[in-house]
Amino acid sequence: MDKNIITNPILKNNPVTVLVLGICSALAVTVKLEPACVMAISVTAVTGFASLIASLLRNTIPNRIRIIVQLVIVALLVILVDQILKAFAYDVSKQLSVYVGLIITNCIIMGRIEAFALGNKPIPSLLDGLANGAGYGLILIAIAFIRELFGSGTLFGCQIIPASWYAAEGGWYFNNGLFIMPPMALIITGCFIWLQRSFQKEDSKK
Amino acid sequence: MQDLISLFVKSIFVDNMIFAYFLGMCSFLAVSKNVKTAVGLGAAVIFVLGITVPLNYMLNEYVLKPGALVWMGEEYANIDLSFLSFIIFIAVIAAFVQLVEMVVEKFAPALYSQLGIFLPLIAVNCAIMGGSLFMQQRGYETLAEATTFGLGSGIGWFLAIVSLAAIREKLAYSNVPEPLKGLGIAFIIVGLMGIAFMGFMGIQL
Repeated sequence: MDKNIITNPILKNNPVTVLVLGICSALAVTVKLEPACVMAISVTAVTGFASLIASLLRNTIPNRIRIIVQLVIVALLVILVDQILKAFAYDVSKQLSVYVGLIITNCIIMGRIEAFALGNKPIPSLLDGLANGAGYGLILIAIAFIRELFGSGTLFGCQIIPASWYAAEGGWYFNNGLFIMPPMALIITGCFIWLQRSFQKEDSKK
Repeated sequence: MQDLISLFVKSIFVDNMIFAYFLGMCSFLAVSKNVKTAVGLGAAVIFVLGITVPLNYMLNEYVLKPGALVWMGEEYANIDLSFLSFIIFIAVIAAFVQLVEMVVEKFAPALYSQLGIFLPLIAVNCAIMGGSLFMQQRGYETLAEATTFGLGSGIGWFLAIVSLAAIREKLAYSNVPEPLKGLGIAFIIVGLMGIAFMGFMGIQL
């Protein structure tokens, strides 16, 4: 099997930084690592299975109403994810609030179904969906890592910056509150895109 | 009445869909290359949000909420259909967008040629779905409140996309580092605009 199906979406054709899909949720849930990881796993699962189901049904869906059929498939999967999160990870599902529901309108899922699953066999479609979800998750976790480290001085809720450094304890360190604010997520993503493009340009020169 | 006005202003500026919640970013970044198309998409979003939020409010109030089916008879009082809300909301949005597209195509071909290509995009715009989900989560109490919220968020989205498009048109003349061109700088500009919009955050209405 072609291994490009798996490796391409993670780096070279990353859905977030190269194709600019699924940004809405990528930015909103990245204040802390924990919800970001949960979101990454949920989106990967939904993308993979939605691609699989759409690919299985690809010869029976009439072309005119395919958008609605796709939305129904995705919505069903998202309802499952939402119920599972509410049952087993209630705190995180409270933090994610409406963004779980917004997985339905995450462009990555619809984009992969339209661009790949409708024209390919089920197994490659499943892999393609999972790989795109993973590429999305990678960016999500990277942004959340930076924002949580600098914004709250913690990772997964554990204190990383030594408590004695803080000004309240007589040290010199302050958390950078701006990293918790929404605009900083956009600026960090912009910098990621900058980095990736400048490295890829060097690759293509060689 | 005063409550409605303050809710309206609040949903335009303080709870701006783009700068506070990042909803509808995909089409926001893709369609903001020139002002004219941005105005078209923005107008379509205001229209669709202004109709689907009240529609979904009615559905939520009379079908989905725990105990909402009580109007059908006492024995339905314990039914909680709220787990169905995602699929119902998205079905309403997709069906409505399809309907509007057909009506506009039939009765206003001039408007259709301007707006037409944007309408299918809107069905999967997170701002529309987000509007309905926020309406459900914040529990607006009357139909008037839900409508005001829908229209206000649409106008906030419209303002954001038009102003970004205007900045990006001017940006064509400036000297941006090569790898940062296009998308990268657009992100950073939205971030800076977001910082400006943070100025509204402390305002209590």
